[in-house]
Amino acid sequence: MSDMASHGRAGYLPGFLRRADPAVLTAFACIVVLLFLGSLYSRNFLSPEYLLQQLKVASFLGVIATGMMLVVLLGQIDLSVPWTITAGAMMACAAAAYGPVGTALAMPFGILCGVLIGLVNGIGVAYLRIPSMIITLATNAVVQGLMVVYTGGSSPQDTATPAMRYVATGSILPGVPNAVIVWALVGIAMVFLLTRTGFGRTIYGIGNRERAAYLSGINTRRVVLIAFAMCGGLAAFGGVLLAGYASKAAQSMGDAYLLPSIAAVVLGGTSILGGRGSYLGTVAGVILITLLQSILSVMQMPEAGRQIIYGIVIVAMLLLYGRTPASR
Amino acid sequence: MKEWRYWVAEQRGTLLACGIFLLMFAIYTSNHPAGFTANVVETAANKGVLLAFVAMAQTLVVITAGIDLSVGMIFVLTNCVASALVVGTPMQTALGILAVLVVGVLCGALNGAIVIYGRLQPIVATIATGAVFFGIALLIRPFPGGSVNEDLADTLTGKIFGVVPASLVLLLVIVLLVWVPFRRSVLGRGAYAAGSAEAAAYMSGVPIRRAKFAAYMLSGLLAAFGGLFLTFFTYTGEAAYASGNAYTLFSIAAVVIGGVSLYGGRGSAIGAIFGALAFRTIGDLLFVFDLGALWQPLFQGVILLVAVSLGAFGLFRIRNRLEWFL
Repeated sequence: MSDMASHGRAGYLPGFLRRADPAVLTAFACIVVLLFLGSLYSRNFLSPEYLLQQLKVASFLGVIATGMMLVVLLGQIDLSVPWTITAGAMMACAAAAYGPVGTALAMPFGILCGVLIGLVNGIGVAYLRIPSMIITLATNAVVQGLMVVYTGGSSPQDTATPAMRYVATGSILPGVPNAVIVWALVGIAMVFLLTRTGFGRTIYGIGNRERAAYLSGINTRRVVLIAFAMCGGLAAFGGVLLAGYASKAAQSMGDAYLLPSIAAVVLGGTSILGGRGSYLGTVAGVILITLLQSILSVMQMPEAGRQIIYGIVIVAMLLLYGRTPASR
Repeated sequence: MKEWRYWVAEQRGTLLACGIFLLMFAIYTSNHPAGFTANVVETAANKGVLLAFVAMAQTLVVITAGIDLSVGMIFVLTNCVASALVVGTPMQTALGILAVLVVGVLCGALNGAIVIYGRLQPIVATIATGAVFFGIALLIRPFPGGSVNEDLADTLTGKIFGVVPASLVLLLVIVLLVWVPFRRSVLGRGAYAAGSAEAAAYMSGVPIRRAKFAAYMLSGLLAAFGGLFLTFFTYTGEAAYASGNAYTLFSIAAVVIGGVSLYGGRGSAIGAIFGALAFRTIGDLLFVFDLGALWQPLFQGVILLVAVSLGAFGLFRIRNRLEWFL
């Protein structure tokens, strides 16, 4: 359907627009509109410092949404992201308490915990065939339980290591925050993985029709398992970065990232049913969400209004281009 | 096969949930210091009924092969509305209750409209509407507070004739007034049909859109009963984000334990009620066995994980490996 529609317009559009997904274009158009609205409210909104600051804040969500996108491309979803983020942050900070070795291994250890959570999810989805929405909710509850037992229900006293702080807040290139560089590296790796490797093509294949991929001789279960492990690892990495940013971990610090990460992926034109979507769209979605949050907080909107507007905007944008075809 | 065998086969999930609950409750009461007394039952019933309402609400949506991740937020929102409106003279109280229920139905209708007529995926749509509902709840109750008609609250959370918990009677009445008529109506059957094979149901002329819409609206109504009952139970309203999320999660757990298929088209709200009661009892077992409160989230999570993994046993019955990929 949409293919035919885009062929119809092909005559008068320049090449790069013809190839682009209309959803991604809409997302970028919405970003421009948000920037315009923001600049009406405050002149600082278009200053380079402010925009770089926004990009830095966006990079945490960007890393987390990258993992979420992998899973959504498979036609699955990962609802264990909130506590995977928290677990990654807490475990990295906890490792820092164990002398110089612990400090050196803090970041890998945090990420490893996320990978383990992802592996549990992946085994449940790929091998036990449990719907991903359910198994990830369950692992989320288990990880929450583990963290509550570990911390005793209050925020842990451990602090982030200097390396974590440097990665999240420093800037190795003058003017460019490290977090943005990290996001860029993760993004480049993901684009390479999705478009240039067999693994990436397999992910799209499974998202379209797992049966067909299986019959084509692909070990689909292993691919699903790896994708979930990567999603867990990236979510934990996002948590490690957040811990570095705030210089410590906190209870339920990940709760604020579940809806944004899913929304960023879906607003970027990735089909929630799997098999369709580009990383460029996810980048647009992440920036869009971050700008929206930023504008709402600049306007000093109270939390209640922020939640309402946020929900309405996401539904409205999805209604613009995220609809599934009618059952005819 | 005899008639009753078909009935048992159809109700297997419900009967299993009922069995689990009875077993758990027997363990619970036999280890409880006070034993099997009316007060123990009353407390357990009050807590269980709260979750049972939310689980029934979840069931209605799950039957149509959807999922409602905003159900906990509808519960929180109606709790806040009830803490503001269900006060004063009997007449005012009645109008307040009516208003609370209308709010619930409207929330359900909004979800239904977005999912069915807007054709968005239920997961994403209800996460987003959940944020809206929570925002409205926060507008109504920025800080925990409010009050409720305490006479009514005490009646509905107390005991009838000093023995039977009133909450269970209320639950039974609502099952008889809401669930049973829906299950037997054309719309109810349409909801099941839409959940089990939407395309086939559409081709057969089943009014699937209306049926699904009705299911979403009734789901909102049942969640509102839950919120109302929470207000009777606590006397206050609170826009608690964590509590809303927890109830959404627990409702899914209860639905799974209650034998409702998450792929839609199979299961009943009765099963979900027993699932909810069983889930609550399992959580309470910790206290009678004297484990710390800190362990409770982990324990509930593990129970949930085990419960959802049990579904994997169906894999052993699969003969053709292609059936892995539904």
